[in-house]
Amino acid sequence: MTGLFVLAIYVGIFVASFFIITKVVNRAVSRDYTSLKTVTFGDESAVRPNRWAGIISILTLFLIWGMFTGSNLLPKFLHAPGAFVGDVEFTYTAEAEDGSRDDATVTVVVHPREETVDAPEVDPGDGFAKNDSAKIAQWRTGLIRVDSNDDIKKSDGAKVVAINGTPISPGVTVEVENGAVTLSDKGTPNFAPERGWQMEPLYLPPPEDVASRTVKVLSEGFRGFTLIEHLGYSLFRVVAGFIVGALVGIPLGYAMGLSNWFRGWFDPIVEFMRPVPPLALIPLIIIWFGIGESGKIILLFLAALWIMAIAARSGVSGVNISKVHAAYSLGASKWQIMRYVIVPNSLPEIFTGARVAMGVCWGTVVAAELVAAEQGAGMMIMVASRFQNTDIVILGIILIGVIGFGIDMLMRWAERLLVPWKGKS
Amino acid sequence: MSGLSIQNLSMRFELPNGGAVQALEDVSLDLKQGELMSVLGPSGCGKTTLLNIAAGFLAPTSGQLTMNGHVITGPDAERGMVFQKGALFEWMSVRENVGFGPSMKGTPAAEKRETVDHLLNVVGLQDFKEKAVYELSGGMQQRVALARCLANDPDVILMDEPLGALDALTREKMQSLVLKLWKETGKTIILITHSVEEALLLGERLIVMAPRPGRIHTEYNLPFAELGVGADLREVKKHPDFGPKRDEILSMIWDMEEEIMGRTEEQS
Repeated sequence: MTGLFVLAIYVGIFVASFFIITKVVNRAVSRDYTSLKTVTFGDESAVRPNRWAGIISILTLFLIWGMFTGSNLLPKFLHAPGAFVGDVEFTYTAEAEDGSRDDATVTVVVHPREETVDAPEVDPGDGFAKNDSAKIAQWRTGLIRVDSNDDIKKSDGAKVVAINGTPISPGVTVEVENGAVTLSDKGTPNFAPERGWQMEPLYLPPPEDVASRTVKVLSEGFRGFTLIEHLGYSLFRVVAGFIVGALVGIPLGYAMGLSNWFRGWFDPIVEFMRPVPPLALIPLIIIWFGIGESGKIILLFLAALWIMAIAARSGVSGVNISKVHAAYSLGASKWQIMRYVIVPNSLPEIFTGARVAMGVCWGTVVAAELVAAEQGAGMMIMVASRFQNTDIVILGIILIGVIGFGIDMLMRWAERLLVPWKGKS
Repeated sequence: MSGLSIQNLSMRFELPNGGAVQALEDVSLDLKQGELMSVLGPSGCGKTTLLNIAAGFLAPTSGQLTMNGHVITGPDAERGMVFQKGALFEWMSVRENVGFGPSMKGTPAAEKRETVDHLLNVVGLQDFKEKAVYELSGGMQQRVALARCLANDPDVILMDEPLGALDALTREKMQSLVLKLWKETGKTIILITHSVEEALLLGERLIVMAPRPGRIHTEYNLPFAELGVGADLREVKKHPDFGPKRDEILSMIWDMEEEIMGRTEEQS
């Protein structure tokens, strides 16, 4: 229900901002060549990301996050209805074995989770059913033992037959103001205050809580390591595993691209290992090498190795034969062709492989740390989730995403710098 | 004996499905030093195979090639090759591409620099020395390929449809350039082409090859290349012999194509 409402808001903002931006803002912009194109299918140049759409998209995510968590960053009127807090009253009707009935009032204090309050003193009133009071934390429900102070108790044969005058029996729910009362199987009323549409901070904390937790984890650390150390460990494992994988994989790929024997010998191994997800190796790695540093680096080495070997192999086999012929007829020796033609020609493929391998390694290291680690980004969110520290889990996920994105950007930048001829032949 | 000599050359490709293709059968040719020869023929007549054997990339099934008296056994800097496209090294600048041959030989830097500068002037690329080759147009890239080949000072230049991928105007300019380079350097040049006009303009000798099996069909000695040096090629095409020769060769190749088509129809 709430999910559909969130979706409706999201779609609403999408459509509204589309019309506002295209009709109002872009009208002022002079029409360029691209806007005159009518056929954009398959024409890459005609479809470019709209900068406005990008900005509004991100703001919308934070807006919805804030709306449904009651964030202080947003004005109150934007908040989705929150869970009920305050006093609420309802009456119940008890019936004794002899058929006599009596009403009594229950006063419930619904309080924020972090506050401790006492149930209020209430006047017991007359009749055999006495007035009760109870306290329930926000988002929680509570059984209210209304008969505990009554003259005729449940054990004496009394039972609750109506709430606010509405007949009730075990398993039936009666709506009352700001909540609902359900009679349990044993005949005790269970009061559930209105939950509203906001997420409980336990499941999704508001953005400012995640931000303040970030500051706290940055200064105090988490589980004996600072945030920088956790991320640093993960990055170190990725870089170490990738470098070893590349150092072994690239020469292996070259050998496979240049020698029939190497190709025949390693093809079955590489082709078999390539489709095995590195995550599937984690249990075996833990059995063999334990959960320490070496096991992780070996896992990432294996994740990078096959990708790099295949990239180097296809870089070597993909050389245009005209280039090799040209080099031969210009007087180059085999070694010179290797050094000046084959290797530079394979670099674009190797860089593509390196980008893929770094991405896979980053994903694999987080997963491996989820399973078992002393420190690292994955370990941080796994341990935090066990203690219901959802803010740290969200913080960790955001950081893992940002770092993964940063790695990819860095690789692209290195690629532009080092192999500017990529895709230009 | 100087020059390139081809004796009784045959080439047979065994196909993976058990069949075989006779790409060349009993081809003999003698090229003197400084001769400009163009080769024409319908697709599949073995032109490129002939060139690849001459370059040393393929070993013939039978027959022999000699170059200045010694037998050709593999590729060598004495026989330069210019490809249709894709043979430049994208990771090197124009200067490095042209200087590739001298670099491989270990020519001193100053000497190499002089050769490269001179050749880039000759092909008209003096302002593009430090550019990356992928920044150049197709015509400019072929100029680089020509200069790169000349930088090695080969005795024979083998050209495999070097102008095939260029537009008509650029092609005309490049034809003039090839004639100029031929005259200035005195190299022996074999040029393979699909264009009859180009073959007439760029061939003292013109060989028409016939397919299945690939063989030399007709040979001409032509005056147009000599006339075209330093002249407007459009004027050369107005020469009274040019039109009739072109028509004669065109119908010859047309007949060969017809014959191939007919043969395949009979088979099917």
